Amino acid sequence: MSVVLEAKNIVRDYQLPGGLFSKGGVVHAVKGVSFSVEKGKTLAIVGESGCGKSTLARILTLIDPATSGDLFIKGKKVDITKGDLTKDLRREVQIVFQNPYGSLNPRQKIGDVLTAPLVIQGNVPADERRERAMMMLKKVGLGEEHYNRYPHMFSGGQRQRIAIARALMLNPSLLVLDEPVSALDLSVQAQVLNLLADLQDEFNLTYVFISHDLSVVRYIADEVMVMYFGEAVEYGTREAVFADPKHDYTKTLFAATPKADPASIRARLARKNAA
Amino acid sequence: MALLEIENLVVEFQTTTGMFRAVDGVSLKVDQREVLAIVGESGSGKSVSMLAVMGLLPWTAKVTADKMTFNGRDLLTLSDAERRKIVGKDIAMIFQEPIASLNPCYTVGFQIEEVLRFHLGLGRKERRARAIELLTAVGIPNPAERLDSFPHQMSGGQCQRVMIAMAIACNPKLLIADEPTTALDVTIQKQILDLLVKLQAEHGMGMIMITHNMGVVAETADRVVVQYKGRKMEEADVLSLFENPRSNYTKALLAALPDNATGDRLPTIADYFKDGSEIAGAAVS
Ligand SMILES: Nc1ncnc2c1ncn2[C@@H]1O[C@H](COP(=O)(O)OP(=O)(O)O)[C@@H](O)[C@H]1O
Ligand SMILES: Nc1ncnc2c1ncn2[C@@H]1O[C@H](COP(=O)(O)OP(=O)(O)O)[C@@H](O)[C@H]1O
Ligand SMILES: [Mg+2]
Ligand SMILES: [Mg+2]
Repeated sequence: MSVVLEAKNIVRDYQLPGGLFSKGGVVHAVKGVSFSVEKGKTLAIVGESGCGKSTLARILTLIDPATSGDLFIKGKKVDITKGDLTKDLRREVQIVFQNPYGSLNPRQKIGDVLTAPLVIQGNVPADERRERAMMMLKKVGLGEEHYNRYPHMFSGGQRQRIAIARALMLNPSLLVLDEPVSALDLSVQAQVLNLLADLQDEFNLTYVFISHDLSVVRYIADEVMVMYFGEAVEYGTREAVFADPKHDYTKTLFAATPKADPASIRARLARKNAA
Repeated sequence: MALLEIENLVVEFQTTTGMFRAVDGVSLKVDQREVLAIVGESGSGKSVSMLAVMGLLPWTAKVTADKMTFNGRDLLTLSDAERRKIVGKDIAMIFQEPIASLNPCYTVGFQIEEVLRFHLGLGRKERRARAIELLTAVGIPNPAERLDSFPHQMSGGQCQRVMIAMAIACNPKLLIADEPTTALDVTIQKQILDLLVKLQAEHGMGMIMITHNMGVVAETADRVVVQYKGRKMEEADVLSLFENPRSNYTKALLAALPDNATGDRLPTIADYFKDGSEIAGAAVS
């Protein structure tokens, strides 16, 4: 098994600008997080808003630098502040965001959305770009007829398929998905999760899947990391974390997640009738 | 007599391309002390049907029903003035976005006291005392000091507590909660749901819990209405719904829950309608 992504002690501080009467402060958004993900596997990162998930996602996808710590992609150390960010590395790691509305340019046709990464990469002729975009559209469950349409003509679930298609255009090995199904209806969520599973099987993709929804995490993850105020308070295989959570926060999170099985409903109704 | 009774509610919107039917013949009842959940995916007409009850839809909406009564009073023929006396007092509503629902320019104390002044005509001192009592009831620490806070100085969960305080200020008979925890983290969601259920039981209110989340239904409801594209697909008590769903749509929704996954792919709605039957035609009640 080869490790695609390794993070060692990643720290990210945000410097807040000082005002006339206030001294600028520091937000410690990520406080020394370490993990590694093997090829073809899914690491799920779970935690509540503000715990540093998106900050970490931007560091992993080489959009923002870490304040300190080391990042290795396929065993090679990458520091974007030192000019390590080659075209090839850019290709290797892609990101999909939560909001299927905000992440697509409303004036760009879907065909152009999908071919743009190839244009930037260079040396792919126009007809091949078109062909590869058409193929990708079909891969994510859309059709050739969608090629010339604009984002507003698509539903939320379809837009998320487009965002996934765009991320896959350059054959990345690592996909970081920042709450990719959080804005979707249950039935659409199921379709997108199935699509991600199909694509992972076909291309042996490695996923970092960020979510605040434990039931989705339990379904999709091989390994789970729980974040709390910038720290990884729990990290292990899915089986270990769900069977025997160690940290109090993980236990609180499990206890707070609504249970929709008949036994739990029966227990609640019994408590209610007793009161 | 049911607290709220709706028969064959239809809501249509005037749009540039003609009339759009957002609610299509929905009937439901809520009794005193009962929690009814209305569950469905986005756009299924959950909010619109409740806004119709409250008389809060824009003029482009055409509302008809065979019956719409609250506590025996006909809501269809109510004048605006009469309706204003009921809405916010006997029927109260809380919404998804707590921060957007509060006025950013006024302290939370002022906003709670305004409800008490308008509906109950309480004097200054009584209002203040009652506002403190309400913030205490919804679990806000240091209530007396908190009255002077502005909404942006509070977290999303605290703002939702303030909204709940305003909603229960006049001891409503019916509380309509429209996705009250959708914008909140799960640990905060748990606290807010527990609070709502506790207040509902203590005050003997009827409650309508609107949600798209089956977990929220399971944790709060006595009875459930499942809605899809403006139509009622199924109505059942909460245990029957989860144990023995009857409509194909409910079956599909439950199967799509990752917790219920059996294989390595999730069933989708389409899997339940392979024979091409129109979902809307498959309603049961
Ligand atoms: N650009 C920024 N400047 C200052 N603080 C930030 C910035 N981005 C995020 N933060 C802060 O860092 C923390 C982590 O945020 P984020 O990574 O977005 O969390 P999550 O995605 O888990 O909700 C929060 O306290 C947030 O307010
Ligand atoms: N003011 C309006 N004008 C036109 N259509 C509307 C209006 N309000 C809601 N709708 C439409 O009515 C349908 C039901 O909406 P709504 O009740 O808000 O759904 P939900 O079940 O998500 O609460 C949707 O298709 C929505 O776009
Ligand atoms: Mg985030
Ligand atoms: Mg709604």
